[in-house]
Amino acid sequence: MTFSAPTIAPSIPEGIGMIAVLGLLAVGFYALLASRNLIKVVIGLQLLVKGAVLALVLAGTANGQLQVAQSLAVTVIVADTIVAVIGMALAVQVRRRTGSMDVKRLSTLRG
Amino acid sequence: MLMTGLAIATLACGVMAVRARRLLSSAVWLAACSAFLAVLLYRLGAYEVAVIELSVGAGLVTVLFVFAINIAGDESIGLPSVIPRGLTWLLCLAPLAVIALSIALRIPAGIDALVLPSLPSGMPSAISSDAPPAAATFVNVLWQDRALDVVVQVVLIYAGVLGLLGLLAEKEGPLQHSAAREVAARRDRDLLTMETAARREEAET
Repeated sequence: MTFSAPTIAPSIPEGIGMIAVLGLLAVGFYALLASRNLIKVVIGLQLLVKGAVLALVLAGTANGQLQVAQSLAVTVIVADTIVAVIGMALAVQVRRRTGSMDVKRLSTLRG
Repeated sequence: MLMTGLAIATLACGVMAVRARRLLSSAVWLAACSAFLAVLLYRLGAYEVAVIELSVGAGLVTVLFVFAINIAGDESIGLPSVIPRGLTWLLCLAPLAVIALSIALRIPAGIDALVLPSLPSGMPSAISSDAPPAAATFVNVLWQDRALDVVVQVVLIYAGVLGLLGLLAEKEGPLQHSAAREVAARRDRDLLTMETAARREEAET
């Protein structure tokens, strides 16, 4: 007995898909630029990567190469998770050393 | 209609993740964003990515966020951003303006600009048009055509384990000693300045 995934016709309006992608990218960029909390910066990075993953899958769907897009998206998700882990480790250590997670207070990194 | 709703819900959760004042709320909104994105990806036919996004994005990353917030504290910094607010909005809304224009003017810079280039027909690949359809599965593509990616993922996971060890590290590093020394030196300088000022005042009187 073999399991077969249900076939659902992928249908998303092109404009809505692209607006979702660019909206996630815009929100992620905003969090990167405007946030001063290190963990908020990592959250912004996560949103950016979610937009990139959605863009990859949309592109694979549109071009008929969904499997390649999926393999690339998996790599991106793994890399993003590792970046989040290291970013949070940095945030925790910065908090322990400086007493704050404010990006502006990271003056000890000045050369 | 469902896909449009999912896309809007994903975007709304992303906006709320950035707008929330408490970090814990941000982490929960980000998890909701991941969950909606996973459903959207599933409906698009990307089943494997949807499962990974749901388990990693909405599960593992959220647990890590909560863990890090628990260690570091739910500190909300309500100070203004380093970059002027107008410039920030300009940088964020510029991509939206570009896509809105491309859709409105029917310029093929929308989804067509993002599609992957087609492989040559003679390329011995599981995803080329000559390959039988059974070979073009996610497993074959990932383990045969993208084997280097798998190696990179293993290296990244190893780096992530080291990062997690850093997250759990309790020992004081050399930076803390140097920072403590710097604070002590600054305190000595301030004391010296105060003493000098007091002596001057005594001499004047």
